[in-house]
Amino acid sequence: MSGRLLPFRRSAPRAAASGPASFSSALRGGPRSTEPAGAAAPFPRPSEAPRFRELIVPHIDAAYSLARYLARDATAAEDIAQEALLKAYRNIDSLRGAAVKPWLMAIVRNAYFDWRRRDNGRTVTGPAAEVAMAEAPAEQSSAEDELIRQGDVAALRRAIETIPEPFREALVLRDLDELSYRDVAEITGVPMGTVMSRLARARRMLGERMGILEATA
Amino acid sequence: MSACPDKELLLHALADGELDAGNVLALEAHLATCPGCAAELAAIREVKAQLKAAPVAYAAPKSLYDRLDAALAEAEAPPPAPRRGMRFETWVLSGTGAAIAASIALMAILPSGASLQSELVDAQARSLDAQHLVDVQTSDRHTVKPWFNGKVDFAPPVVDLASQGYPLVGGRLDRIDGKRVAALVFHRGAHVINLFIWPGDAPSEASLQQNKGYNLVRWGRGGLVFWAVSDCDPAALTGFQQDFAAATK
Repeated sequence: MSGRLLPFRRSAPRAAASGPASFSSALRGGPRSTEPAGAAAPFPRPSEAPRFRELIVPHIDAAYSLARYLARDATAAEDIAQEALLKAYRNIDSLRGAAVKPWLMAIVRNAYFDWRRRDNGRTVTGPAAEVAMAEAPAEQSSAEDELIRQGDVAALRRAIETIPEPFREALVLRDLDELSYRDVAEITGVPMGTVMSRLARARRMLGERMGILEATA
Repeated sequence: MSACPDKELLLHALADGELDAGNVLALEAHLATCPGCAAELAAIREVKAQLKAAPVAYAAPKSLYDRLDAALAEAEAPPPAPRRGMRFETWVLSGTGAAIAASIALMAILPSGASLQSELVDAQARSLDAQHLVDVQTSDRHTVKPWFNGKVDFAPPVVDLASQGYPLVGGRLDRIDGKRVAALVFHRGAHVINLFIWPGDAPSEASLQQNKGYNLVRWGRGGLVFWAVSDCDPAALTGFQQDFAAATK
């Protein structure tokens, strides 16, 4: 199918958190239906669409980005992000004034783990590959490090992807999503001290390859 | 020269603005006398700055927006505004609300859906007797396809199947369950085939059904649901489905 006719705008990743909320023509403007859908409908509250647009759509890039860094696979990330966003839509009532972004990131993370269980090692980027990568610093060639030092975005992304999962996750949530230690601790279900040590370790791994941080503390 | 091991996490926390005032004061006093920790703090800040400077976060691809859009379009049907029988107006079938919404929702799961089929058949019948068969009358698919631009929020595939015995007559907007849908109109001899298209999920295998003497074939492809409705014989309609599906592969 050729491109849909949605007037949505792609926002730059950095602007994602405050980006424009133009999204779906189905969700855009217009009076809402006051008719309740049947109980059997997969989305029982059509009138939640404006809230979804207002609260969650601005974080779609962040949701996808987290899924992408966790799964390290573009296709899987799209599946995970879609599942998480629909789940967020269905459960928007449970938000109850809580901050949207940490709430959504937790849903994305859960969707990732669901995917990983389902996927069960079918993709090459499973946990086994992760261990292999963590134990194979030979892949981190000096040419690759040189690219990182030149600020090559693709190389930097690859470098982040080679960080083992718990550390990578802390780094993405803190340094890309700019969440607080407390939020990261709640999302990942570990004490704040653990978040701090994971973050320090992730930054060290990255900093070494950037040629900034020394190899040992 | 390296940082004091017991200060490392605090240095990260300081760089992150996560330290309380008491710890900030204590750590700054230490930093004034410890070049190793001061260098470490500067390095941490540099790593953070480089991460911030590079657009390493990913932007969601358009396909994700499209998929979400298709899923969420189901959730918010436009308000019903029955204005039946008005020529040159978009047809508006009076929605019967919850029942049909539920049946639409169930379509993805269950092969049945009597009220939706009934509504499709009604739309087919009305397209004939209200003299509102098509909004855009042409056999040129290159005219029909752009005509839907801005009228529906998806791009219905348009093909002419004249050589297979199903000439394209034109296209029209219709409403099924309060949703704006695309309808393509084909001829099969003296019979009319209405092909209703809207975003949604359905199995790609065609399923033939009957309702009030009409035949209906449903299939799904590329996030769109297709319903072909006609009073032509089942074999002709099934043939149409196969030809259309083959031509839009």
